[in-house]
Amino acid sequence: MPRIVVDVMPKPEILDPQGKAIAGALPRLGLTGFTGVRQGKRFELTVDGDVTEEVLEQARTAAATLLSNPVIEDVTRVEVIPEA
Amino acid sequence: MTVSADSTAGAKKFRIDTVEHAAATPETDLPWAELGLKEDEFNRVVEILGRRPTAAELAMYSVMWSEHCSYKSSKVHLSQFGEKVTEKMKEHLLVGIGENAGVVDIGEGWAVTFKVESHNHPSFVEPYQGAATGVGGIVRDIISMGARPVAVMDPLRFGAIDHPDTARLVHGIVSGIGGYGNSLGLPNIGGELVFDSVYQGNPLVNALAVGVMRHEDIRLANASGAGNKVVLFGARTGGDGIGGASVLASESFDADKPSKRPAVQVGDPFAEKVLIECCLELFKSSVVEGIQDLGAAGISCATSELASNGDGGMHVELTKVLLRDPTLTPGEILMSESQERMMAVVTPENVEAFEAIMDKWNVEYSWLGEVTGTGRLIIDWDGETIVDVDPKTVAHEGPVYHRPFHRPEWQDQLQSDSFAAERPFGAEAIKKSILELMASPNMCDKSWVTNQFDRYVQGNTALAMPDDAGVIRVDEASGLGVAISTDANGRYTYLNPYEGARLALAESYRNVATSGATPLAVTDCLNFGSPEDPEVMWQFAEAVRGLADGCQELGIPVTGGNVSLYNQTGGVAIHPTPVVGVLGVFDDVARRTPSGWREDGQAIYLMGVTRDELDGSEFANLHGHLGGQPPALDLKTEKLLGELLVNASRDGMIDAAHDLSEGGLAAALSEMALRFGVGARIGLDEVCERDGVDLFTLLFSESQSRALVSVARSEEVRFKDMCGARGYAHMRIGVVDTEIEALDFQGHFSLPLSELKDAYEGTLPKHFG
Repeated sequence: MPRIVVDVMPKPEILDPQGKAIAGALPRLGLTGFTGVRQGKRFELTVDGDVTEEVLEQARTAAATLLSNPVIEDVTRVEVIPEA
Repeated sequence: MTVSADSTAGAKKFRIDTVEHAAATPETDLPWAELGLKEDEFNRVVEILGRRPTAAELAMYSVMWSEHCSYKSSKVHLSQFGEKVTEKMKEHLLVGIGENAGVVDIGEGWAVTFKVESHNHPSFVEPYQGAATGVGGIVRDIISMGARPVAVMDPLRFGAIDHPDTARLVHGIVSGIGGYGNSLGLPNIGGELVFDSVYQGNPLVNALAVGVMRHEDIRLANASGAGNKVVLFGARTGGDGIGGASVLASESFDADKPSKRPAVQVGDPFAEKVLIECCLELFKSSVVEGIQDLGAAGISCATSELASNGDGGMHVELTKVLLRDPTLTPGEILMSESQERMMAVVTPENVEAFEAIMDKWNVEYSWLGEVTGTGRLIIDWDGETIVDVDPKTVAHEGPVYHRPFHRPEWQDQLQSDSFAAERPFGAEAIKKSILELMASPNMCDKSWVTNQFDRYVQGNTALAMPDDAGVIRVDEASGLGVAISTDANGRYTYLNPYEGARLALAESYRNVATSGATPLAVTDCLNFGSPEDPEVMWQFAEAVRGLADGCQELGIPVTGGNVSLYNQTGGVAIHPTPVVGVLGVFDDVARRTPSGWREDGQAIYLMGVTRDELDGSEFANLHGHLGGQPPALDLKTEKLLGELLVNASRDGMIDAAHDLSEGGLAAALSEMALRFGVGARIGLDEVCERDGVDLFTLLFSESQSRALVSVARSEEVRFKDMCGARGYAHMRIGVVDTEIEALDFQGHFSLPLSELKDAYEGTLPKHFG
């Protein structure tokens, strides 16, 4: 079944405590090649049948209203992944 | 850890508005209005400086002269808190109003500091982070006094419980408070939860924190000693909380950079926890001369306040500030409200010791500059001066307004509109009314909220919600401790602002005394509408006058607090809501008085007199009425009741006590029974006859200066003698009965505890569960 992927990232200007914690942990593992980490989240919405424009629009609405907090997060992707 | 400033200096694309440039370009159009300055305020800045301000100076003045930071509308009224303080009231006061928080001596070499602040607007915009950073901010105020934070409390007010937006705010705000406070490992020991449609667009999220320290550990925010170093430490500076000031994103006012600055801040409680421990070690090792937390107005506030409270001068290089977002302009850096930051002043000899402590806790820091004796606050950007001001003009000599105020014309009509609806009569109707009252949003069980907060972490919590006051042990060996309660009744204050503020004080005082502690000091968070509305300003003036008079009558001083104005939407202001926190002291928290009876056969006494006072009551509120005068209050009686309750606790006469406030005797009896699920046989006819009121009025009136206590049989004579000797009305109204599992109102009706419990506990889960 096809899935719609929604990616959400903290807005670039907003503090990301989780990303900061990971950035602090990387050098402790000897992984020193990075200057910053931002952690976002990915949602997969499964669809029964074809992904119509209407369904996609619903996904966009869900992304904007429920899956992300528009005050502090951006929706960076709403995309269909075809059946494997 | 090495500290680098690699993300800061250098590659800035904007043109810097230096002092020199400002002097040379007097005609430049500045966005002072967008930054919230009034024309005459802007003109005064120009007059003070003798030239137009630079962009950075404009940023500083605009945030520091805002209502929030300068108290420009409230100052002239707040001065009463100082004027009405007697020498006797100052007896226990180690630090008074004006510092980050007041400090009170509680004996045995211990001091406590406590303060309540508002985070109303940010919590409406972004409930979780707004409420979370409210906790973080008040905790940093406590740290900056040199104290270890030991507990928090949150008085909360929301719109109507069934309004669709209320659930969003309740869920976000309650989890935000829990998320931050629980992560810090601080017990949340009380507060308030009120629903009223007047708070629909303006929820009130107040946060109180309390900290303890030894007397010698008190630290103040001042920068003394020319040559001492100024250091910023903790989290990096980002664009948090400067959304409203986004015009500054184009520093030279001609750039085309998109202005995308968030109005909200995101907190990191784990960073704050490290900051607490790191600061306490700094204090213990005596390596800082002065310290200031960064809250509203960020670096603008910290530099100008530290400098003007000390010898008056400071010189810093702003490119040394460690940034999270390298695109920030100097003005934005000065205004940023990024969380978990502190600023300190350190002597050159202690620099090494300071750095060692920072490295130990893995806290980032950067040396910004030094204290000078010039009386000027000078801020450079890459060596070029962008701020050159007298710091006092920024921090303390802002505008002061004598806003016009007058008593609203509708006030008389409101006060003459007494509750006149038909009163329930007969057993069944009164029983039903009790169940309705206890299931109502303001009287129902608050566990759904308080269970999300950690109340007992650290192991020093002796009492917490739902008891009358939160009680924290300070000294493990002696049992020395403190009790705190916060209270306000917006309806009372709306009906009569002067009396409403005194009633809030009285209730908070009574709650502390009921727990067994001697009240010592007051903090307040004054939540009101717009000061530009003369009627709101009158409410404010009256409430402050009432609170200051009340404190004088009770002999306990206001030690600090916060004013939150402009809580209104579309011209409609919230009810005036002065939240009053009272702190009391216990010689030993082991003798605290819980709010529920437990022992079979103990006598239940009602202390105080009941009059027909239903105006502004919860009962009237439930029946959609708001009018008349709030209950009459005599603070001498209130003080006497407090003394009796404390004595009874100290001498072991009472096993349980609960104050009578919202919901009156009906609520107090229900809560005492439900506290431990133990019933009682109650006989009220004699009290009705003595006070000349009917059963309904006795149960639902909200007359002041009353309390319920349970007394062991062996102590009854002593208790009665004590009340009698002091001339305090008291009457035995019942007996605790562990068998009947009901409140049996003898001769009238019996209310099974199971039925009461279902009504009481069902409401919040139904709406939010």
